[in-house]
Formats: sequence, C-alpha cells, structure tokens
Amino acid sequence: MKYLERGYAELDELPPFPSEERLKKKPVAYIECPQPIPCSPCYEACPANAIKMENINDPPVVNYEKCTGCMNCIRVCPGLAIFMLRLREDGKGEVTLQYELLPWLKKGDKVELLNRKGEVVGIGIVNWVLPPERNDQTSLVRVEMDTKLIYEVRAVRKVKE
Amino acid sequence: MVKVVDGRLVEHPILKFNRGKEVTIYFNGKPIKAYEGETVAAALYASGVRIFSRSFRWHRPRGFFCAIGKCSACMMEVDGIPNVRTCKVYVRDGMQIKTQSGFPNAEKDFFGVMDKLIDRIFPHGSQYTKFNNKIFREMLISRLRSFAGFGNAPKVEFSGNADYEEIECDVLVIGGGPAGMSAAINAGKYGAKVLLIDENPNLGGQLVKQTHRFFGSAKHRAGTRGIKIAKILEEELRKIPNVDIRLETKAFGIYGKIVGAVEKSKLLRIIPKKIVVVTGAYERTLIFENNDLPGVYGAGGVQTLMNVYGIKPGNRGLIVGSGNVGLILSYQLLQAGVEVAAIVEAMPRIGGYFVHAAKVRRLGVPIYVRHTIIRAIGKDHVRGAVIAQLDDKWRPIPGSEKKIDCDFICVAVGLSPTHELLYQAGCKMKFVPELGGLVPLRTKFNETSVEGIYVAGDVAGIEEATSAIMNGRIAGIHAVIALGLGGEMAKKELKESLRDLEEFRAGPFGERIICGIEKCILAKEVEI
Ligand SMILES: Cc1cc2nc3c(=O)[nH]c(=O)nc-3n(C[C@H](O)[C@H](O)[C@H](O)COP(=O)(O)OP(=O)(O)OC[C@H]3O[C@@H](n4cnc5c(N)ncnc54)[C@H](O)[C@@H]3O)c2cc1C
Ligand code: SF4
Ligand code: SF4
Ligand code: FES
Repeated sequence: MKYLERGYAELDELPPFPSEERLKKKPVAYIECPQPIPCSPCYEACPANAIKMENINDPPVVNYEKCTGCMNCIRVCPGLAIFMLRLREDGKGEVTLQYELLPWLKKGDKVELLNRKGEVVGIGIVNWVLPPERNDQTSLVRVEMDTKLIYEVRAVRKVKE
Repeated sequence: MVKVVDGRLVEHPILKFNRGKEVTIYFNGKPIKAYEGETVAAALYASGVRIFSRSFRWHRPRGFFCAIGKCSACMMEVDGIPNVRTCKVYVRDGMQIKTQSGFPNAEKDFFGVMDKLIDRIFPHGSQYTKFNNKIFREMLISRLRSFAGFGNAPKVEFSGNADYEEIECDVLVIGGGPAGMSAAINAGKYGAKVLLIDENPNLGGQLVKQTHRFFGSAKHRAGTRGIKIAKILEEELRKIPNVDIRLETKAFGIYGKIVGAVEKSKLLRIIPKKIVVVTGAYERTLIFENNDLPGVYGAGGVQTLMNVYGIKPGNRGLIVGSGNVGLILSYQLLQAGVEVAAIVEAMPRIGGYFVHAAKVRRLGVPIYVRHTIIRAIGKDHVRGAVIAQLDDKWRPIPGSEKKIDCDFICVAVGLSPTHELLYQAGCKMKFVPELGGLVPLRTKFNETSVEGIYVAGDVAGIEEATSAIMNGRIAGIHAVIALGLGGEMAKKELKESLRDLEEFRAGPFGERIICGIEKCILAKEVEI
C-alpha cells in the first residue's frame, strides 16, 4: 500500500497493461483503482461483462479481451480512475480521460500532458470530446500523444495562449 | 481560470449559482452589496470582511469557522439582536449588522493591542492559576468577563403574543440530511404520520455541498453527485402525503414523551410516538499556534461558502488532513479555480480513498504524509503556514520546517457527532474513537437505550452518506414495525436493509466502523 504514502501509484502497484496487439485493435479500459473501497458503478455499467468484481469492496479487474471499448464505465467512475488507451495505426497514441475543470476543452485544443505526479511530460492535442452537459458535467476528453506517453499521462491542462 | 466577480464565482464546472435579487446590508454602518439567498456571513466574506468577531478576553481577531451554525465565531448584532450566528441568517434589504466585543468595532479594535501586550506579563489563562487568593481571583475573572462583554441586550421588546402549536405524530425525525430523509421516506411509505424538522431552510444536510459523484453501488446511487442525491431523496420524500416537513425548525430538547422545537419564531410542542435523531456532526479543530486566526477554517465551512453560496474562499489554501473530506475539498477547490498549496497528513499514509488522492496529485498538489501544521502566520489574517515532518513518536523533527504560502487553511481532521439531544434525553452514551467520539448505545435496528428513540447517520458514528441512508432506512422501518404498521412487507425489507449494510461495510473501510459499533451495541435485542 505504498501508493497511500505518495498519492500516486507506481507501475508495479497497477494492473498489467493490455498487450500492444490489443491496444492497436481498439480503445480499451485501463483502471487505476488498486485499493479495496465500497464502490462498483464501473462493474455495474459494463455491458460486456469485462470487469470482474466479486464483492463491492474488490478492486475492479478488466478482462482486456472482453472489453469492447464502449466507455460506459469511464462515464460514471466517481474516482476518475478509468482511462481508455489506444495505439493508432499511424504511430500515435490516445488516452481518453474524465475532465471536470474550467475552461472546458474542445476538439483541437492544445494541452499539457501531466503524469500521475502532476509533472508535465509533453504536449498533446484534443481530438474528441464528450461535452459536459451530455454526461452530468463530467466531460470525456480524448487526447492524441506520442505512443509511449499513453502509459503515464493521467491528466491534462489547457495550454495558455 | 474561473471567473470571479465581487468575490463570487460566476462560473463553475459543476454548479450553477442562481443568485437572488440584489440587496444592500449595512455592516458597522457601511453599505454592502448582497444577494437574496446568501447568509450574512457569506455576503460579508464576499465583500472582503475577514474579521467577524474578537475573542472575549484578549480581543484576538476571529473569522468564521464552521459556516453551519455550530462554532459561534461569527456572532454579531443583527437588527438590534445580539449574538446572532451570521452564518445562519439570510440577508434582507436594509439589514443592520454590527460586530460585538470590539471598540469601535471588531475589524479595527483598539483593545486588540491587549493580545500583543498582555501575553508577555499575563499569559492566556493565567488568571485561573496565577492568584492564590480566591476572592481576588474571582473578582479579577469577573472584571475580565465584564470587560470582554457578550454584546448588548437587545433594544427590541417582547410583544407578548408568541405563537404556539402542538403536533402529534407517529414518527418525529430530527434532521433532514440523508439519514433523516431516508428514515422519513421509509417510515412514511408504510403509512406512519411523520414529521421531519430541520434547522436549515433546505433539506439535504451535508449533501448540499458535495459536488462529486458518490461511491457505492448503482443501487445506492453511486456515480451520482451528492447534490443530486439530496434532490432525489427530497423528491421522493415530498411525494409522500403523510410526511410533514418543517424547515428552519430546531429541536431544543427531548422531555420524556414531548419534544420542544422552534419553527422560525413559533414554539412547537411535539408529541411523537417514536423519535429518530439524525442531527449529523460538526467539525473538529486542531491545536496549533494561531489556530484562531481568521483564515483558519473548517473544511466543511469552506465547502459551504464555495459550493452553496459560490464565494471564492481565497487564492491558495493549505489543507490539513487527508481523509476523504480533505481530499475531496482539495479537488473542489481546484474546480473553483483556487490553488491548493499542499495537503498535510500526520499519519504515515493517506486516510481517504486512494482514487481521491490520485485525482489531486496528478494535478500537481503535493501530499505530505507524516507532516503536521506547526503554526499559522499572519497578524489579522492568514498569510502563510509552517509545516514540519513528524518522527515516529509524533514529534516535529527539528530542521524539517517548511514555510507554505497560502491565504487560508482548511482544517479537515474529522467530525464529531452532534449528540447533545441524545445525551439530554438520557440515552446511554459511550466514547468510541472509531465512530468519532461520544455516541449512543444502540441495537442493530438503531434504537437507543431509551425506548422509541432511534439514531442513524453521523450522529450514530461518523461514516458517510450511503451508509447514513441505509441506517436511516433501518431506523425508519423498525420504528413503523414497532408501531404495528407495515406488516410482513416491512419486516422483509428490514432484513434486506440489514443485509445491504453488512455487505457495504465488508471492506477495510467498513472494518473500523464495525469494530466501533461492536463496542456500543446494546445487548437488549428487540427481535421482529
Ligand atoms: C464537510 C463534509 C464533507 C463530506 N463529504 C462526504 C463525501 O464526499 N462523501 C460521503 O459519502 N460523505 C461525505 N460526508 C459525510 C456525509 O455528508 C455525511 O455522512 C452525511 O451527510 C451524514 O448524514 P446525516 O443525515 O447523518 O447528517 P447531516 O447531513 O449532517 O444532516 C444533519 C441535519 O440535521 C440538522 N439538525 C442538526 N441538529 C438539529 C436540531 N437540533 N434540530 C433540527 N435539525 C437539526 C442539520 O441542520 C442537518 O441538516 C461529508 C461530511 C462533511 C461534514
Ligand atoms: S469500456 Fe465498456 S466494455 Fe470496456 S470495461 Fe468499460 S464498460 Fe466494459
Ligand atoms: S467506479 Fe471507479 S472508483 Fe469505483 S471501483 Fe470502479 S474504477 Fe474504482
Ligand atoms: S457558527 Fe457561524 S461560523 Fe460557526
């Protein structure tokens, strides 16, 4: 439980990543929720039965092969702990994350990419947005970035013009 | 950046602030702009007032702390009536507000010099210990007290026709938070005549400031924001015709079979068959140097100011305590465009949910575990703080001090049950640290040692809103069964609700609660 001393998790405390092959097929849900807490909306929202959780206090485990990338879970997660990851054909990577800050982001916006500790690790471009009013004020934002960054970028901030 | 006009947020990612009509109130004679629906304290804060009162003896400046009427730091004279908690009074056009215990007023108090001078020769509290002669000591204390003052007696005279009403009901629910609403819904739906009272002008209790999505399962409305859960419960409640809701109504005592309450200015004599006490909790404070400086606020106080009234609490805050309240508040501050300088936590690890911590950590908020606040810096308002690392005996490590730039400090070190009514009613109480302090003994159906008095929610033990709702349900249903209502359906639902709660508490966070409850479970077990 070292992550509770830091406020962020290291890779060895997180679930294994989906294979590169799987990441190339279509977006897949990657969940960073290692602690047993009484929470289960992700599990209940999944139509593909891809999230395993025997009891409400179990941390969710995603079966990457079953996950269809439908994004039902990421819409409702109160912990902002779910990220949709994808590797594109053209050598770019994509992370979709929940976003609840002002200013709202739009397609085409340039954003700073932050890792789990809040350090800026690069610049990305927003290429799709589910606007906040369509999801009870939690916007979903898909950001395009270098492939290797999809394993560490967990927040974004609009670049000041 | 989030746009702010006149100290008020005009945009917010989650909330919409619908301000009422603009009015003018007078603060020590000075006109101040306010909006209907704001409390006096909120309007004053928005206009930049930070000193709300002076401490009695040494005239130290005091700001608000709790913003929910529990701490008394905000007391002022309002339209001639002294000692009014300005955080509970709504603005009205032309209202006259005066600070008390300060000359000429609390903001610039000439006697404030006392605090600086006298401490050297006559340290705080020494009047109790310094003088051996009892007569002299008591005279001195009484002089000091009269010098300090408690405001001036009101100039308004009692007109001689107080309103009075007697109400009989099956179930009286005291408190309209999640636990209270749930108890009232569940007692009401089985046909009991329910009266629900709350001292606030709105239902929802602490939920009205929880802008985040809740945990739990979909069945318990997880993924829904706290503010919305409050609305959903209220709608459900208002649909039940046999539930009477009285707001701005405060219960002040339970006298055998009678409950005394005040509805605005009307006295209520309530004669209920069963009582559910669901009065919630208040915030604890923490001891450190200058912890009374304006700018040191309760976490809930800041949430109220920011999420209920849309007032920006400051530019950069330090959060003391990493339980869920501290973590969530940090995130809410970021959402309101306020910087969070750091979160400090005395324990070796974060106390709340990891996911809440990760949310703010990835936005760059440092979290210092095994650290505490040593002092607040500033003369009449917080201008910074000093934090230090703790060794394994909880002592600050010399040389580890760090200065933090901030203009306010939020104390989020936990809550204590608002248990006064239970105590007064004669319920057997016990100090249980796992539950946050003094709590009543209770059966597994939430009935206390006094037959017919039930508890649920934070007053029964600090937990959270989902379990407060579940416990309110248990209390409400058991009360109707005891009244002979509900039949087999109610009995079945009661069993189911106990099972739900058990499952919810099955994880490590529930372990602590269960351990606490075992210490105060009443042997007397009323079977159904
Ligand atoms: C600052 C803060 C942040 C929180 N954040 C979260 C969170 O993020 N997630 C979560 O699950 N839980 C959170 N909680 C906890 C959750 O809000 C509480 O557990 C829950 O609201 C408890 O419900 P309750 O009905 O017992 O009490 P409350 O919601 O406190 O309601 C008690 C009600 O009783 C009324 N009352 C008190 N005394 C009297 C009287 N004498 N007469 C009439 N009325 C009276 C009060 O006005 C109040 O409306 C938080 C609590 C606080 C204080
Ligand atoms: S993205 Fe859809 S299929 Fe995949 S885990 Fe989430 S809900 Fe299930
Ligand atoms: S909904 Fe989010 S916070 Fe809750 S268990 Fe699933 S991943 Fe964790
Ligand atoms: S009583 Fe008003 S701030 Fe505490």
